Amino acid sequence: MSNERIKPIVMPKWGLSMSEGKVTGWLKRPGDHVALGDDLLEVETDKITNVVEAGESGVLRRVLGENDTVYPVKALIAVLADPDVSDDEIDAFIAGFVVPAADADADAADATPRYLFAETAAGTIRYATRGEGGPAVLLVHGFGGDLDNWLFSIDALAESATVYALDLPGHGQSTKSVADPSLSGLSAAVLAFMDHVGLAKAHFIGHSMGGAVSMRTALDAPDRVASLSLIASAGLGREIDHGYIQGFVGATSRRDLKPVLETLFADRGLVSRSLIDDLLKYKRLDGVEDALTAISSAMFADGAQSSVLTDLIAAAKTPILVVWGEEDRVIPAAHANALGDAARVAVIPNAGHMVQMEASSKVNALLKDHIGKAA
Amino acid sequence: MSRKISMKTAINEALDLEMRRDPTVIVMGEDIVGGTGANGEDDAWGGVLGVTKGLYAKHGDRLMDTPLSESAYIGAAVGAAACGLRPVAELMFMDFMGVCFDQIFNQAAKFRYMFGGKAQTPVVIRGMVGAGFRAAAQHSQMLTPLFTHIPGLKVVCPSNAYDAKGLLIQSIRDNDPVIFCEHKNLYGLECDVPAESYAIPFGEANILRDGDDVTIVSYGLTVHRALEAATALAKDRIEAEVIDLRTLSPIDWDTIIESVERTGRLVVVDEAHPRCNLATDIAAFVGQNAFGALKAGAQMVTGPHTPVPFSPSLEDLYVPSAEAIAAAVRRTLSPTGSRSHGIAA
Repeated sequence: MSNERIKPIVMPKWGLSMSEGKVTGWLKRPGDHVALGDDLLEVETDKITNVVEAGESGVLRRVLGENDTVYPVKALIAVLADPDVSDDEIDAFIAGFVVPAADADADAADATPRYLFAETAAGTIRYATRGEGGPAVLLVHGFGGDLDNWLFSIDALAESATVYALDLPGHGQSTKSVADPSLSGLSAAVLAFMDHVGLAKAHFIGHSMGGAVSMRTALDAPDRVASLSLIASAGLGREIDHGYIQGFVGATSRRDLKPVLETLFADRGLVSRSLIDDLLKYKRLDGVEDALTAISSAMFADGAQSSVLTDLIAAAKTPILVVWGEEDRVIPAAHANALGDAARVAVIPNAGHMVQMEASSKVNALLKDHIGKAA
Repeated sequence: MSRKISMKTAINEALDLEMRRDPTVIVMGEDIVGGTGANGEDDAWGGVLGVTKGLYAKHGDRLMDTPLSESAYIGAAVGAAACGLRPVAELMFMDFMGVCFDQIFNQAAKFRYMFGGKAQTPVVIRGMVGAGFRAAAQHSQMLTPLFTHIPGLKVVCPSNAYDAKGLLIQSIRDNDPVIFCEHKNLYGLECDVPAESYAIPFGEANILRDGDDVTIVSYGLTVHRALEAATALAKDRIEAEVIDLRTLSPIDWDTIIESVERTGRLVVVDEAHPRCNLATDIAAFVGQNAFGALKAGAQMVTGPHTPVPFSPSLEDLYVPSAEAIAAAVRRTLSPTGSRSHGIAA
């Protein structure tokens, strides 16, 4: 049923693997006026809790999603409408609302697999791609991460771009054999991936170590990098929390890994059991410990970052955006200003090292703006 | 890359990967190739339920059909382990342990200790456990407590395909004798399992569901019954934390105690008979070490003190049900909860 004055609010789909979400708290009450971009409610997925923002404005006429209740993606959880819409019309809308069948979703997922695998010169690389047309965007995760670190970014960016996210060698479900664990080696793997999927040039968005890999690529192959977005990036200073790196490499149990992962977020409560389980499943794979040890020895030996690219990248012609979480406990937010006037800088309060997850709406808006201007 | 496979396939894959990785890994047991006297290539049964099917074609004579003599081939496996191989011996039904228990508890479990640490015994003894398969009293028991009782043995009982693969790989790489218990009614259960090799460390329980009201501890098949019970209880706003032990020896006391200190209530579910089992063991340990945290007496849900019945309707009543587990949880929440006898049918 369609009714332009009545706007459904549905359980969002964040990223590739979300099938359901739990309503954990409403930030607006029935009867409240809601403006575009207002925080509406908090939703907890098996990965993380995040705020759902209003995509349209109106009066919050009905709240259907009950607290602590799980709903499938696209289920109706609230209704926005103009004040003059009658209750009967809203009741009829709710009664007539059809949640898209899970089967239809599964068929769509079969048509576009959630994850793809590329056999590149650097070995098997797992990746995902979203969106069509517009500029090409490549997402590069950090040390110990994988492409799901872009859970809250990939679909938002894909609204106006063709987005690729990959697992670096030694990470996620890509090859665990890392031929060259240096920045140049990982950068070469990224270029090999771009060659494989026929990507001549892309806007690079790099998080943490992925930022340093992106900078290295911009320096070594400037014609392949349209712009740089550096999120809590390595390579902009010497300091790094070496305890985090060592803790992450060494942890083998849930009990050891939990406090390490809590370092990543301003809100430690965001580290869910399933986030820890997913990382333990990755860390248990044969070859991962060796890969992480090799990369951390190459990049973070002696408790500091080995490669500082500040001067080189400031002199390059690439448009640069730097984003940091003010409460980053892994790489200090002070590094955000390392590039001076050579970069646009945004430091986001109440967010830690995983700022793209903790403040996804703000970060996505900054990224889209930067790519739009650089394109 | 991960895909959905059954626990049976996951076990087969673990054996295949470890045989490829380590030439000292061998597999032996009754009918694990093709049955005594039959040519494996022509008649590859792959064990009584086909768990080892296909391995003979890949690894040839590193798989060995043995005579129908558990004392002989389990003894041979233990001896081979002490001499440098890593045998995985299939006992078919763990109920047959009786005819080879000296080789297990008096030999394999004692070598490291009695030889002053100069010998190690990296043998894995796999076999089926549990009721619900219409296999009668001599092929249906949950004898895990008997193995857990013996110092020197490690005891594993996975509840799903992911854990089965990672725990079996860890069992093969482990330098001590491991008793690997496979619940026959879980063989068909599928879940996401990486194609790669991975090892799950022993002594780390898995938390399958978060909850603040009660801790349910279990292992093997009854983990799934506990999860069913937790889902039912959640409708009444009772949130149960469900802990899957994964390994019974070593056991992850820390995870149990930490959970009970938060929830204040404990229900332990063990398919084994009610006396001297994992439920009594855990209830006693928590009573001794976290008594102050308990708001009610620990509840135990177990099989009854009887042989496993052959009558299907009776056998269905034998294994702890989700309803019995939910009822035990409710007893911990009622004022008279601690006065139950705790031996639930």
